[in-house]
Amino acid sequence: MDAALSFFETPSSPGQKGAGAWLFTTDHKRIGLMYLWVVLAWFFIGALLGLLLRTQLMSVEHLLLEARTYNALFTLHGVIMIFLFVIPAIPAILGNFLLPLQIGAKDVFFPRLNLLTWYLYLAGGLLAMVALFTKGAPDTGWTFYVPFSVTTQTGVTLSVFAVFVLGLSSMLTGLNFITTVHRLRRKEMGWLQLPLFTWSVYATAWVQLLATPIIAVTLLLVITERLFGVGLFDPSKGGDPLMYQHLFWMYSHPAVYIMILPAMGIISEIFPVFSRKSIFGYKAIVAATMGIAILGSLVWAHHMFVSGISDMAVLVFSFLTFLVAVPSAVKVFNWVSTMYKGSICMAPPFFFALCFIFLFTLGGLTGLVQGAAGPNVHIHDTHFIVGHFHFVMFGGTGFAFLAGLHFWWPKLFGRMYDFKKAYIGATLLTAGFLLHYFPMFILGLKGMPRRYYTYLPELQPLNFFEGIGAYIMVSGLALLFFNLFRSFRGPRLAVDDPWGATTLEWRTSSPPPLENFTKDPEVAAYPYDFAELAGKTKAAVKT
Amino acid sequence: MTEKPAEKTALSLPGLLGVLAALLSLTGLSIALAHFYEGPLRVAAALSIAAVKTGLVLVFFMHIRQAGKAVALSFLATVATLAVFIGLTFADILYR
Amino acid sequence: MHENNDNAGSRLGMWLFLYTEIMLFGGLFILYSVYYSKYPAEFAAAGGKLELPLGALNTGLLLLSSFTAAASIESLRKGAQRAALGLLGSTVLLGLVFLFNKYLEWSHKFAHGIFPGSETLLKGPKGETVFYGLYFTLTGLHALHVFLGCAVLSACWVLVLKGRVTGGRMNLLENTGLYWHLVDIVWIFLFPLFYLIL
Repeated sequence: MDAALSFFETPSSPGQKGAGAWLFTTDHKRIGLMYLWVVLAWFFIGALLGLLLRTQLMSVEHLLLEARTYNALFTLHGVIMIFLFVIPAIPAILGNFLLPLQIGAKDVFFPRLNLLTWYLYLAGGLLAMVALFTKGAPDTGWTFYVPFSVTTQTGVTLSVFAVFVLGLSSMLTGLNFITTVHRLRRKEMGWLQLPLFTWSVYATAWVQLLATPIIAVTLLLVITERLFGVGLFDPSKGGDPLMYQHLFWMYSHPAVYIMILPAMGIISEIFPVFSRKSIFGYKAIVAATMGIAILGSLVWAHHMFVSGISDMAVLVFSFLTFLVAVPSAVKVFNWVSTMYKGSICMAPPFFFALCFIFLFTLGGLTGLVQGAAGPNVHIHDTHFIVGHFHFVMFGGTGFAFLAGLHFWWPKLFGRMYDFKKAYIGATLLTAGFLLHYFPMFILGLKGMPRRYYTYLPELQPLNFFEGIGAYIMVSGLALLFFNLFRSFRGPRLAVDDPWGATTLEWRTSSPPPLENFTKDPEVAAYPYDFAELAGKTKAAVKT
Repeated sequence: MTEKPAEKTALSLPGLLGVLAALLSLTGLSIALAHFYEGPLRVAAALSIAAVKTGLVLVFFMHIRQAGKAVALSFLATVATLAVFIGLTFADILYR
Repeated sequence: MHENNDNAGSRLGMWLFLYTEIMLFGGLFILYSVYYSKYPAEFAAAGGKLELPLGALNTGLLLLSSFTAAASIESLRKGAQRAALGLLGSTVLLGLVFLFNKYLEWSHKFAHGIFPGSETLLKGPKGETVFYGLYFTLTGLHALHVFLGCAVLSACWVLVLKGRVTGGRMNLLENTGLYWHLVDIVWIFLFPLFYLIL
């Protein structure tokens, strides 16, 4: 039986050739890959910026950068990592590629809108670069707090407009995914038969849809403030600068759930496969997913505990912050319980997933420390916060993204990478990560502020040590990506399903044909039924 | 959720005109209230009238009831989200 | 593509887009509600100085335009293409008159020295500055949406004329109508918030 041509060989419209077959495609798989390349490029730039910052901080006497440059660099690092990497990465790359496959559809509901979102993403990034080279990088931090964002002479207007455009891309992706899940899943696939990655991308899509417009209008207000002096956040004109913070975090806190929910979806897919056992508590994970999306949208002012909000607000938001930890913990318990009495198979995706559990849990627990109003007074704006969010955004989402790449790489490209290099890279990354980010909790407790280009001399040893960790981490990342890209040289994989998984994307060829399935896939009554596969050994893959 | 065919539920032209008349009357009412009612519920009254007008537009011009359960539920969820955002913000504003 | 025959899906997508507009204006409504609670007297004073007749006229125009939009869809559904074109054209015209009125109102304000950052506002009570800040931002954002709506409605008008949008294939027109009605709903709230807080 002839294998169908893969989507690499079939353009979405007949007659499209070369670059045009990519730039004008409406195939969700090609769009997902186009996102992959641009997102990775921005990730590397953001990582380099981070490395520069950390190198600076390794020494108190010998400073690489002067204060203003440092401020611009941490602003850029934040803007790039948050808006150009962590928010879009999993939904736009893996969500785009896999959502239609997982529900047995041929594509998303609005394929041309999908392509538009990629162009908006590209445009947002280019606008950010224009801002950089014309008026100079903003030095406000990625949070663009007023009044400084209104008064600073750097390229804030263009930069926030770039974020506005990126937000549009994110919002429209959410719109597309919601419509796709509602209208295009196979008739036999009810809501409680959706794979958990699909559920996570669906929940995320609602947050993308409803929260993003808030930051859109807020950033527009920063622009009108700079251009026309409207005064809505200016106390001398009757405005309240805290209202900027409220509106900003009303999106930016849900944004971190946009970052973590799809990541959790990936972990939920990986644990069953490598435990050869169905996920523990499918319905609880679904409920927890929607619960996190809803509760996570109610906690924003925990970023503002020391900014001057009322004690009542501190009480309410602290309480809600503790509540949102519950569904996250439920998920961690369920993932770990999935392994119990399972048959564990180690493979790089699972290794990453295990590291995720450890790192995300640490990050989450430190979040509780911050969410408690009293300790917050001590650690706000210190490196404790920096440590926390890197543990959850990088140790969490970043590691889950790597797990997902390593899990679905054969599906995306029909190639398999070298396992040994993957393990070494992942170990270097994790070890470097811990050496680099864990001391930040200690430094924060000792009072080292964030966003300062230098610090008190007695803190130097830990900072130096952290810098070493950074270089180890980056070498791990380099090896991991080298290993992934090297796979393109290797032989084509002939197997639909190298891991022995149960979701529908594995019921078609690797990579899939243009319309995803050559024959209608069979939808199981339960998405994680390993009974049939339990007896079979994992398909042999040369590593 | 399939949409019910709008032919069965859409209003005819006279019906739509009736809705317009209602909308315009309610507008007039709200203007009158603003001029003659000085009580404490002024703002609530004005916004309630706006809400009723909105309801008329949603039901008779936008056919929201025929758009399926997903739309009806998610519309309410959106409005609820906004309401909750305002409410939680007031946890700060009212107690400063 | 499947979207060609899944009208319910296309409608769902349009409603989802409308939710983003509700949240977009919603951010500004949050600001309004906070500042109103802070400066109720100044808001009332400033609101009293807005031109109620123009505001009321604009409200009437938009309500009428929602009617004409809905009516044009019903006409087209029954196959009455010429009536549909007339009603659709009226919708666009009403929208343009609305914009013209807005331009008049804003010009009057500017002529009286009332505009963002103006001396007059800076010298006056802070609540008034905030009121006008919200007024220009909200009505400005709304006017932009009216303008965009007129543009898309005009495109629909051309497509109906060319027979590309018909009673049996009017997804685009129905979705555009939904957008237009939302723009009307936003104004339904803006009107009392600015003109009837007296």
